[in-house]
Amino acid sequence: MAKVLVVTSGKGGVGKTTTTAALGAALAQNGKKVVVVDFDVGLRNLDLVMGAERRVVFDLINVVQGVAKLPQALIRDKRLENLHLLPASQTRDKDALTEEGVGRVIAELRETFDWIICDSPAGIERGATLAMRYADEAIIVTNPEVSSVRDSDRIIGMLDSKTAKAEKGERVEKHVLITRYDAARATRGEMLSIEDVLEILASPLLGIVPESQDVLRASNVGSPVTLNNPASAPARAYLDATRRLLGETVEMTVPADKVGLMNRLLGRRAA
Amino acid sequence: MSVKLFRLFSRPEPPAPTAPVARERLQILLAHERGLLGQQPDLLCKLREEILAAVSRHVALDPDRVIVRMERGKDVSTLEVDIELPNGLELPLAAAG
Repeated sequence: MAKVLVVTSGKGGVGKTTTTAALGAALAQNGKKVVVVDFDVGLRNLDLVMGAERRVVFDLINVVQGVAKLPQALIRDKRLENLHLLPASQTRDKDALTEEGVGRVIAELRETFDWIICDSPAGIERGATLAMRYADEAIIVTNPEVSSVRDSDRIIGMLDSKTAKAEKGERVEKHVLITRYDAARATRGEMLSIEDVLEILASPLLGIVPESQDVLRASNVGSPVTLNNPASAPARAYLDATRRLLGETVEMTVPADKVGLMNRLLGRRAA
Repeated sequence: MSVKLFRLFSRPEPPAPTAPVARERLQILLAHERGLLGQQPDLLCKLREEILAAVSRHVALDPDRVIVRMERGKDVSTLEVDIELPNGLELPLAAAG
């Protein structure tokens, strides 16, 4: 049965789009039919992170307004044939998205795909509420830092009250994904610990993605980090998170980049 | 052994820089987007609409049977319009002219 998963956070710049692309690619590599949907109307970026920016013909609003059929707007990934992108509109007014219209598109996507991953815009406005509206599950992307945790708490409150599931008295299954984690700084007590974050948010942990240059490299070339460098620390964290999403039990670790002996002696961090 | 020892003490091979790729991707994308946001009609979109309009003057287009692909490039962009027409469609001469 199809699952609608929203990737949300409240705060911007924490890694929602990176996460959407990385998990979407990893699920597709697991043989699932996946569509990633960009809800950031006016400021789309998922197309760029996925490397499909030159191939956008139609977008979500075109489909909602009936200008284009859904299959015409879907862009198939060049690397993984199970992976599709539904881009956001870059130019249109965000009020063009309606709850009813988004509901129709999600219902149609459910007929074809196993996983529908909605990349939420930052904030708590219309785009963010529409992205989570029809979700079955939610990933709350959080950095171990006070403002991000506060915004995540706010978003969790919205997931529990403003989603279609919540209104029916059901629950959206929530997962916290900690990103941009710096083990060295956490050890020195400069960063909120994982335990602190989980205790405050009172939601289960999906994974811990370390801060890494590999994320920037992947976005530079327009490839999800799980495809661009599957052996890298962030990719391994996302691959573990994907297995947990699929119901497997995977030991929780913070993947680290391999550091040569000399570099370790000199205290250099892996590039 | 000596090779291994050498590797042990050397820094890992730096990966090829990716920033130039990012720069080129952005330049191409933004060149197209600036035109679009400045209300300058995007040539590819305009052509797409006119081609579909021209075809639909002759046959009723089934939107499910029309696939449009675009690829915006640095020097060359491509527009691919793939229209599936059912067999046995006889166009009246007048319409074809």
